[in-house]
Amino acid sequence: MTTKLFGEPVRRREDARLIIGQGRYLDDIGADAHAAAFLRSPYAHARVVDIDVTGALDVEGLLAIYTYADLTGPLAEPLPVLIPHPQLTHPRTGYPLAKDVVQHVGEAVVMVVATDRYVAEDAAALIEVTYEELPVVVGVDAARAALHAVHEDVPDNVAARHHQETGDVAVALAASAHTLSFTQYVERSAAMPMEGKGVHARWDADDKALRVYTSTQASTSVRAAIAAKLQLSLEKVEVIAPDVGGGFGVKIVHPWPEELLVPMAAIALGHEVKWTEDRREHFISSAHERQQRQEITVGYDDGGRVTALDVHIWHDNGAYTPYGIIIPIVTATQLVGPYAVPVYRVQVDSVFTNTVIVTPYRGAGRPQGCFAMERTMDRIAQERGIDRAEVRSRNLIQVDQFPYDQHLTFQDGRPVIYDSGDYVGLMDKLKALIDWDSVVERRADAEARGRLLGIGMAMYVEGTGPGPYEGGHVQVLGSGKVLVSTGLTSQGQGHETVFAQLVASELGVPMEDVEVTTGDTRRFGYAVGTFASRAAVMSGNAVALAARGVREKALRIAADVLEAEPADLVIEDGLVQVKGVPGTSIPLRTVAVLSNPLRYAFDEAAKQATQFAGPGDNSKPPVAVGDAPGLEHTDYYSPIRSTFASGAHAVVVEIDPATWEIDVVQYAVVHDCGNVVNPMIVEGQVHGGVAQGVGGALYERMAYDADGQLQNASFMDFLMPYASEVPPVVIDHQETASPLNPLGLKGAGEAGVIPGSAAIASAIEDAVGRRIAAMPISPTELYDLVRSSAADRVTNTDPTLPTLNTGAMA
Amino acid sequence: MTVDLERTISVTVNGVPREATVPVRRLLSDALRHELGLTGTHVGCEHGVCGSCTVLVEGVPVRSCLMLAVQVDGQSVTTVEGLSRSNHQGGQVLHPVQESFRECHALQCGFCTPGLLTTIAAGLDARRAAGRDTVEITAEEVDELVGGNLCRCTGYANIKKACRHAAETMRAETMRAAAAR
Repeated sequence: MTTKLFGEPVRRREDARLIIGQGRYLDDIGADAHAAAFLRSPYAHARVVDIDVTGALDVEGLLAIYTYADLTGPLAEPLPVLIPHPQLTHPRTGYPLAKDVVQHVGEAVVMVVATDRYVAEDAAALIEVTYEELPVVVGVDAARAALHAVHEDVPDNVAARHHQETGDVAVALAASAHTLSFTQYVERSAAMPMEGKGVHARWDADDKALRVYTSTQASTSVRAAIAAKLQLSLEKVEVIAPDVGGGFGVKIVHPWPEELLVPMAAIALGHEVKWTEDRREHFISSAHERQQRQEITVGYDDGGRVTALDVHIWHDNGAYTPYGIIIPIVTATQLVGPYAVPVYRVQVDSVFTNTVIVTPYRGAGRPQGCFAMERTMDRIAQERGIDRAEVRSRNLIQVDQFPYDQHLTFQDGRPVIYDSGDYVGLMDKLKALIDWDSVVERRADAEARGRLLGIGMAMYVEGTGPGPYEGGHVQVLGSGKVLVSTGLTSQGQGHETVFAQLVASELGVPMEDVEVTTGDTRRFGYAVGTFASRAAVMSGNAVALAARGVREKALRIAADVLEAEPADLVIEDGLVQVKGVPGTSIPLRTVAVLSNPLRYAFDEAAKQATQFAGPGDNSKPPVAVGDAPGLEHTDYYSPIRSTFASGAHAVVVEIDPATWEIDVVQYAVVHDCGNVVNPMIVEGQVHGGVAQGVGGALYERMAYDADGQLQNASFMDFLMPYASEVPPVVIDHQETASPLNPLGLKGAGEAGVIPGSAAIASAIEDAVGRRIAAMPISPTELYDLVRSSAADRVTNTDPTLPTLNTGAMA
Repeated sequence: MTVDLERTISVTVNGVPREATVPVRRLLSDALRHELGLTGTHVGCEHGVCGSCTVLVEGVPVRSCLMLAVQVDGQSVTTVEGLSRSNHQGGQVLHPVQESFRECHALQCGFCTPGLLTTIAAGLDARRAAGRDTVEITAEEVDELVGGNLCRCTGYANIKKACRHAAETMRAETMRAAAAR
């Protein structure tokens, strides 16, 4: 078989175990483990007055109950602020178990450990906690109004004011021919992976060593956090991400209270302990994202070219800020998208509310930024009477402008310099793919069927593959097997396949010989994590570099044996041979044996490496100075800055004017993530992202009431798309290689979700002729909007609007 | 506090007679996973909505998180681990839908996959039993088979594709067998 696999739609190797039920997810581990359950706050804001555990003590099978009072040393301190930032002036984090005050419904107050989860929950239900309720702040507007404070010592509820500007925006706005000012909203949604979080801990009392399995996106950092908080030496802690049932961002946060408390209990009890999050717990104690209020002022010329942009965003960060201001920074910097904005100022006020913490969910602030910019483009188009695609085209950064410096600072602390791209190409492909210019006929056809049709589009640029680094280790064994490891974790992206493709290609070995391990600190201790569409860029390049290192060493050793120059050798199908001299070759596995000079032969192959096996060069040591035994290499990829992927989505919606049900009938994606390692996997990422984008636009919201109770904390009420809600997606690819990394890759994981709300809002607006200034939107909200005399009327010039019979049929 | 009542049940699981002593309140999903060690059945919501825990009871898809283990006493249960079939050489071959999921990239994290596989396999097997497997599967049939399960990774496009691919594989099998007769 061929060993050049880069760019091929290779079928996934993960699937072999997953389709027969042999995956190993968190709850599949530790059949004999004790079970932990948590008693969580039923109040959004309250003082914990008393915890009375007496009622639980007689429960048969109860093993331990822990409250804040049982925490010692660093565990009794607040959880870490993972990403400090000078503008995060009032960071706040909770304690592993609530100390004096609870700040959201679902905050952990008591941990119970019992022989079985059912028993643990029985006991938890018998514990009486007395609370004294405090005033509750829910929603970004309430936080902004600051009638009450979430944290007593932060009276204005502002955790951070993030600010960036590229010039004097006031002057630029004053000089603009036209300006528009408006306010819009985006609601909360959540990552909602099908597998919740979970932690399993095993303490080896003889070795004084801890092994923790956790459903995480960052095993190396969880390890460091556990070592620090439990005061263990780092080498005594192993953390492994097993098969992880989806992450989408929520599992990048760490250490979750449970990631510290479960190991703590395992050590104290001298027995395996496991906690598996249930769905309700996931809704009320894991993370959400997306709620923002966006106040936008834009200046532009007669032709619709943007001359100045001034944005003030209010970002709901929930009760605590463990993940710093990453989402505000990402929104602020990614907002400008593919456009050349001469003067830009942005301020993001990140505010506390008595709700679940807000940390990255796929897109991580980008969908909101895209919503702000793309809706601005639509407004300019409408105000100037120019086609929406045309207005965008007039503002696009041109191909000859790369690298393009936006003069902003990204989430990695590095400049936002677009490395490469072809945004004009994206637009051309998108218009062709959705048949943008045929909308007038399609609208007439829909009207004849009694339906309202609208079309919309949105473009984005996505900073992907931020540093600081990832590493890779590649080792060829004497059996010919090639072991690959990287510290970064996997949650379904197919890393085992993609990294094997890369190593097989680089090394010239059959892919079947390559075994990949990810997210296991026993195999690779240095890593950052899986987030920000960075796995292929970071670990992909790292394992490729490691494979190149192995290849170089293999050629050097083989050259000695074959009495040739390394430059004259090639490796194909696991065989090192002299170019053009068939038969003059040595298997790579033999090279691996020879790379490790032996005294003792433990098998036939090993005999070849022993001291009397053949004539040696007695003038040199068996292992040269600066060399090392073994055919292996470790390398790291650390980028100078992020690489910038891009794309454009267009949608056609049809709306039933009797029910105001919104059907997305066509969804087109043009996608550019640089060179593509496996197009099948990239398309899968796009499909999944689009489904989440549609969910975020039309169905998903966190329905908090004024008391901070999440009213829809179940899959019955929080509406994630089933197959019936996801439209067919057509995809066109564009490959603009990144000049920043050896493989020319850009990230692909999050892109699909970014423009969903913006494009769908644009299409609905186009269909009904009413301004859509808040997303998601339900049929009921659309019905109310259309009937409201206050609703802003909108006319696009690109298609002619039908006469809208507002609500007459309702 | 009353002590849990336990009951010993006999169930044929994936063709093998099994006995288990379970508390009467134990969910079927938990009993399969923790008493019988069949961890291929996944629990995604525990309120019957996501479908990840779907198993077949007497061949019919059931959400095992909405059923008590004691309710399957005396019945047969098929989990994802039991979807593969014996071939004539005595080995195990995957159900066509399992092969199709891999071929069509119909899974990413794989957590919801067992529930989709059991549901679709049951549907395609029922088509065959009714003699309808020689007819090309319709879009409506595919929508019906995949429409009740939540997947957060794939956007369903490739799941539908896999469903069609599996139906086509089974159709070809049946046609070949008919031609051979």
